[in-house]
Amino acid sequence: MYEFVSGPLVWISFIVFIGGSLYRLCSMHKLAKKEKVIYPYMSLKYGLRSIIHWVIPFASTNMRRRPLMTVTTFAFHICLVLTPIFLLSHNILWYQSWKISWWTLPEGTADIMTVIVILAAFFFLARRLVLPEVRFVTFASDYALLIIALAPFLTGFLAYHQWLPYKTILILHILSGELMLIVIPFTRLSHMLYFVFTRAYMGSEFGAVRNSKDW
Amino acid sequence: MAEPAKEIVVDPGLDETIKKLTPKKIEDTINKVLTKGAAARLKVYMQTCVHCGLCSEACHFYLSHDKDPRFSPVGKVKQTLWEIVKRKGRVDGEFIKNCSRIAHTECNVCRRCSMYCPFGIDMAYLLLLVRRICALLGVVPQYLQDTVNSHAVTMNQMWVKQDEWIDTLQWQEEDAQDEVKNARIPLDKEGAEIMYSVIGPEPKFLAQLLGNISIIMTVAGMDWTMPSFDGWDNSNMPMYSGDFETMARVERKHFEAAFKLKVKKIVMGECGHAFRGAVYDGPKWLAWKEPPVPLIHAVQFYYELIRDGKIKIARKFEQPVTIQEPCNIIRGRGLGDMLRYIMRATCEDFRDVSPRYEHNYCCCAGGGVINCGPPWKKNRVEGNRVKAEQLKATGAEVVITPCHNCHSGIEDIVNYYKLGMHVKFFSEILVDVMEIPEELKV
Repeated sequence: MYEFVSGPLVWISFIVFIGGSLYRLCSMHKLAKKEKVIYPYMSLKYGLRSIIHWVIPFASTNMRRRPLMTVTTFAFHICLVLTPIFLLSHNILWYQSWKISWWTLPEGTADIMTVIVILAAFFFLARRLVLPEVRFVTFASDYALLIIALAPFLTGFLAYHQWLPYKTILILHILSGELMLIVIPFTRLSHMLYFVFTRAYMGSEFGAVRNSKDW
Repeated sequence: MAEPAKEIVVDPGLDETIKKLTPKKIEDTINKVLTKGAAARLKVYMQTCVHCGLCSEACHFYLSHDKDPRFSPVGKVKQTLWEIVKRKGRVDGEFIKNCSRIAHTECNVCRRCSMYCPFGIDMAYLLLLVRRICALLGVVPQYLQDTVNSHAVTMNQMWVKQDEWIDTLQWQEEDAQDEVKNARIPLDKEGAEIMYSVIGPEPKFLAQLLGNISIIMTVAGMDWTMPSFDGWDNSNMPMYSGDFETMARVERKHFEAAFKLKVKKIVMGECGHAFRGAVYDGPKWLAWKEPPVPLIHAVQFYYELIRDGKIKIARKFEQPVTIQEPCNIIRGRGLGDMLRYIMRATCEDFRDVSPRYEHNYCCCAGGGVINCGPPWKKNRVEGNRVKAEQLKATGAEVVITPCHNCHSGIEDIVNYYKLGMHVKFFSEILVDVMEIPEELKV
């Protein structure tokens, strides 16, 4: 079992993740060309202006209005992306397989970052359950996606501290990580791919056409 | 959550039209719009929205209804487009009627929410898509549809006939001559510098505004003209009902009038949606990146006249004034600073609003909502309590609204919430305070 999930399934999930993402971006490009008004309005300057404003914490009005959400969402996304890439034990795996390695996070830091992802996920869950305007637009799939994003971190945390049967948790950890990679291109987790494009388009319209700010 | 019962609004434009729909017609129309009309944006927006609800507080309907989630931007999209996509167009007439209510009467497509969405999703675009579906199915609030029909038949919004149009201009020209010597409204002057265009309601029931522009143009010594023929009306209700074919005819006619008169630029009267149609939605549908004739809004025109000293201010307006910033020229064109410049130049006691500029609240009348007529009026004024509170907080006695939709919407709010304010167009202030040179004095 371990051999399978840490061998062929890793290959499959990376191929699906990368291939699926490329496919989604290509089909978006094709559709955008069909819609004729998209590309002519795109502006590098205003697109970047908008993206930069929205990747800096508290740079937009709405972020300032909701400080707790802003801090949580930035912490969540930063830790979610960086932890798996710079984790020491993941790096060792890369080295064992392909003889490549890069800078790694100190183990204590990585542990804290994992806890941040877990806590933030519970914050998002609470938001969905408590805030009427969020609950009104919540589907079952929103909970599923949250669990999919949370699972690799929760299992990773348990595996690192070896609190439950290590082997089982490790397999679950790898499986959940693979599941997340596989579903990214095909679910709303694809906001990871689309973020820069939707932002750039709105930024271009606001900047170049409407001569105003979109933050 | 228990949903309070909504007051039932009777509108034959919705109640009667849905009786003619068949499931097949609904499904075919929806699929045509979703696959042929919309493409990348719809798909990407649907895939990107993480249902976070962060857009909610952008919406004046949501805020005015004590944060009822049914009125949040994403809530409106959920009740309409998400369902339509999920059910692949297999929805019934009642559902389409609800869609029209939400998209035509509970959203002003003011686009404030797209500044609150972390992804920059254009929810106004999504609700316009819903309107498009409703319009193709013939389900549009009756009063709104009547203005669309008027556009389609007469090329103006108010069934104004050519003789009435010319007659009104001449009557207003005469009136202006009581104020300023030699005041004119030159008709069909080929090669003039400026073509001035207005919206249908001006000749219909706000004719004094045409007299005002005659006074202003004469004093400023402008070389200007107005067309005596179709194309004089720059308003565009089909843009908001979802009848984009008629929208395009109207926009084309407006620009063709300018070509025919060989003018250097178009100056548009104090109206926001008309400006949006001419500068943005119209050209986009007609596959022009920019308007084919340079075109400026009245606020920018007045700003230039005052800045360049073509109009001098004799005395400033004394009552405390505040402004209503029309979405389509502030969020839609960035004229916020020019508006404040002309306000400070003409008014003694200008009280700014909060929130302001791009973040100002919508008037709740624009986007075709006021054109849905009396049946929906209560819904509209109750949907903008926040605006009333915002205006009240300024302590001003006069609200300047350089937009017709804003003007009527704010008037309704002023009456309903008993704010005790007067609503004026900027041109009314300007003719009041400007200096009339000796040689033009009557």
